[in-house]
Amino acid sequence: MAVAPAHTSLHDRHLALGARMGSFAGWDMPLQYAGARAEHLAVRERSGLFDVSHMGQLEVSGPGAREALARILTNDITAIGPGQGQYTLMCEDDGGVIDDLIAYALADRFLLVVNAANIVACHERLADRLPAAVDLADRSPEVAMLALQGPRWADALRPLAATPAAFALDYFEIGEDVLAGVPCLIARTGYTGEPGVELMCPADGAPALWDALMGVEGAAPEPAGLVARDTLRLEMGYPLYGQELSRERTPIEAGLRWACDLAGGRFAGVEVMRRQAEGEGGERLVAFRLTEPGIPRPGQAVMIDGAPAGTVTSGTLSPSLGVGIGMAYLPRDAAAPGTDLVIDVRGKPKTARTARRPLVARSPKE
Amino acid sequence: VAADESYPPDLRYHPEHDWVRVDGDEAVVGITWYAQDALGEVVYYDPPEVGATVTKDAPYGELESVKAVSDIFAPASGEVTAVNAGVSERPEIVNEDPYGEGWLIRVRLSDPSELDSLMDEPAYRAYLAGL
Repeated sequence: MAVAPAHTSLHDRHLALGARMGSFAGWDMPLQYAGARAEHLAVRERSGLFDVSHMGQLEVSGPGAREALARILTNDITAIGPGQGQYTLMCEDDGGVIDDLIAYALADRFLLVVNAANIVACHERLADRLPAAVDLADRSPEVAMLALQGPRWADALRPLAATPAAFALDYFEIGEDVLAGVPCLIARTGYTGEPGVELMCPADGAPALWDALMGVEGAAPEPAGLVARDTLRLEMGYPLYGQELSRERTPIEAGLRWACDLAGGRFAGVEVMRRQAEGEGGERLVAFRLTEPGIPRPGQAVMIDGAPAGTVTSGTLSPSLGVGIGMAYLPRDAAAPGTDLVIDVRGKPKTARTARRPLVARSPKE
Repeated sequence: VAADESYPPDLRYHPEHDWVRVDGDEAVVGITWYAQDALGEVVYYDPPEVGATVTKDAPYGELESVKAVSDIFAPASGEVTAVNAGVSERPEIVNEDPYGEGWLIRVRLSDPSELDSLMDEPAYRAYLAGL
């Protein structure tokens, strides 16, 4: 039975702006407004505002919550204290990725911000693995989330803030403030490669917050959709669940060893990941740039020296660079930056070369 | 800046949303406003070679947006006598001026009677209304 896609509390704002809508993870989301390329460049050069209310918020609290999460999440959650967040992953016992997420330590609980498509899978895993004394709550339906991203993010936020709290936060820190009369969690995070914040608020407060941000004189962000969000993250070489990340791949293969506490970790999948990290062979995720005109697309074959070596997981035309870019899993010994590749773009061989991530010289840290 | 919706009365239209402007025994070919709007901002044009043969109703090249690839279909058969290098250099002119600067190929028609099966402007508008 087909289920109608869900609407965020900002749905009518998107329609009023003339957004092209599309279904994503069960939600009817804005793909683009004026145009994906312009939105992408606005985020790189000024600021953009994304509705990411489809993302999930799971809360974990109670005695033993931290210790229990340390057995479920790959990064060292004992390293963060109240007001701090970290990028981390939830894995199967064989190391396959259930989801990548951000875990925030708040004063009285942990907040896990998970991908929309994986809310149920994360909730099931947590319910299965958390001890009875630890509470688990899914706040996703009642929480809206906006991502304000770009070098001018603070100019857009400052006129709305009740206190300077947001502007004292470091990268990956989280605080609380009232913005335009709406109580918000403010995190210095995002997935675009630009500095910025992600704002979580009650769903019914999001329209007022959106309107206030869009109405800021002289520094209003431009509305940006999921297509720009995807090209922004791909320029940075950030993996996306469903493209680069899946239960068939481990964080080590995806180049996320930095988010896995292999030395001291007790989390599910750690033994497999240690073997992969220490051993030889296997595959690694690489980023590449085409060295001739063309656009790589997911599913296309990657060749090295005429032999099949892998498959494109994501590909687009980089709005910042004006060249085709993408990512692919390749044999580890072929994954070094500067390796020559050929991508089979619908029967036309296109030359490419692996490159260090990020593919653009941008940083989300200020 | 994308053009406003229009369908010039002097063109003939193919159901895959391509237009043709007849010029003697040659024809200029492009995609309609509807096609460019559905595709979004064009960022890449993969044209055929000059001298290549195109066949009515068959794809002769590709236009790509950031997110999607779209085959472009020949509204009539013939030999390609020119391709618009301007679109390769600045693909967004397909969005800005789909019937003018955003033309895609020029074709020497091998069977001008094929044009009789194409739609005129009112027929194409009625066709779009039924989609």
